[in-house]
Amino acid sequence: MKKACKGNLPTLIFLFSLLMLWQLGAMKVNAAYILPTPIQILKKLWELRIVLFTVHLPATMLVTLVGLLISLVLGLGLAVLMDASPFFRKAVYPIVVASQTIPTTAIAPLFVLWFGYGIWSKVLVTVLITFFPITITVYDGLQSAKVEMAELLLTYGATKWDIFFKIKVPCTLPYFFSAIKMAIPMSIIGAAIGEWLGAQSGLGYFSRRMMTQLDGAGVFAPIVLLSAVAMLAVAIVALLEKKVVRWRGEF
Amino acid sequence: MSILSFDNVSYQYPSEDFDIIDRLSLSVEPGSFHCIIGISGCGKSTIFRMTNGLLQPKTGNICVNGNPITGQNHYCGYMPQKDMLFPWKTIGENLALPLEIQRKYSKAEQRELIDAALADVGLDGCRDKRPDELSGGMRQRAAFARTMLTGSDLLLLDEPFSALDFLTRISMQEWLLDQWQRHKKTILFITHDVEEAVFLSSSVLVVEETPIHSLREIPVPMKYPRTRQDLTRPEIVELREQLVDMLRKQVVV
Repeated sequence: MKKACKGNLPTLIFLFSLLMLWQLGAMKVNAAYILPTPIQILKKLWELRIVLFTVHLPATMLVTLVGLLISLVLGLGLAVLMDASPFFRKAVYPIVVASQTIPTTAIAPLFVLWFGYGIWSKVLVTVLITFFPITITVYDGLQSAKVEMAELLLTYGATKWDIFFKIKVPCTLPYFFSAIKMAIPMSIIGAAIGEWLGAQSGLGYFSRRMMTQLDGAGVFAPIVLLSAVAMLAVAIVALLEKKVVRWRGEF
Repeated sequence: MSILSFDNVSYQYPSEDFDIIDRLSLSVEPGSFHCIIGISGCGKSTIFRMTNGLLQPKTGNICVNGNPITGQNHYCGYMPQKDMLFPWKTIGENLALPLEIQRKYSKAEQRELIDAALADVGLDGCRDKRPDELSGGMRQRAAFARTMLTGSDLLLLDEPFSALDFLTRISMQEWLLDQWQRHKKTILFITHDVEEAVFLSSSVLVVEETPIHSLREIPVPMKYPRTRQDLTRPEIVELREQLVDMLRKQVVV
């Protein structure tokens, strides 16, 4: 613990200086409705804690989780199929890339028209933003498996499944964790954007409502909460990764 | 009966317009130790890759123990140039690979076989180590133990010692001869090191030209067990020079 603190000292000092600057700057500007101070934001967070934590955080987390889960299934599925079949890769890869050129935020209001104010319009935004990095990263992981290793197992009489589970999966595991760590913040952002555009609950929705009330601190408070949740989730995954991935790097 | 035979075997790489192996016939006696030598890119590895089934010959038949290799499994143990130990597995788990794939042994039997194989190559106590904790020579011995665990009588070793430093390499050569004599396996060994070929093999198979139409068999007049002193005998020195000359003629600078 002591060591971790020491290692993070530069970060903490820098962060603290930035917050101080913000605090001083915001106090000078003195217009809390557009630029609240960090202390005002924290106060707001405390005042709104019950509604934020019991109503809006769970709503956003539900969208995030469902979106992340669908993205994982979709991303892993596409990656495995692209790895297994060159034909499928040629057919799908350009479309996967093209899907990322869609300005999701611009067409997201349409999703609300299609799917209504329920969670599915937000889930779609989340999936559109999240599945791409998962697909590409996991595909790279599958491709990183050495041909020579597969050949060696083939001379032992290995089946395609042997090669998949004994070589492809272990080679892809580090990539998979990188993908998850990327996908978590992106899916949270996706959920918040979706809610911002049209919802009945959720941190994104709440932030927007505060905007219309010109409550600067109220806009920031849910966003601070979102960042904190994202960082916590990534930290948990990183911890899990340390336990599961025994090897990462070059052959 | 020969353990391995090629009958008019040809192979052509899709990217090339000629047969790199051209109607090659050869036969290998059980229990022999042959080194195949030839210059880089001459096609000697192609012979191995057809024998272990990674490449399909264009024409001709390859038989092991008198039966065609198509339809046979686990008939040869192949050890590639790099040790190919999986870095995320322990040495024990690496050795388990051929056993797991054969699906013939229980976990307990696997463990027993692995322990015996490790003891045999002098790596007792390395079962739970990771490959990167082992030296180059130890890694090659582990890879050899894994090849032995395929249970095949025919071993194809493709330049296994070429990445080792000189001193490690010569001790590994002596070690390999000892293993060969104790286990009575048939070994085909690819190398481009003439001295290694002479020291190891009962007869050297020389690739004289590409496309490979035949391998020229040159017996080595030395009895086993051999020591490195034997390499200084005049007839052996002469043989070495003769082999170097044969190969140098083919090298285009």
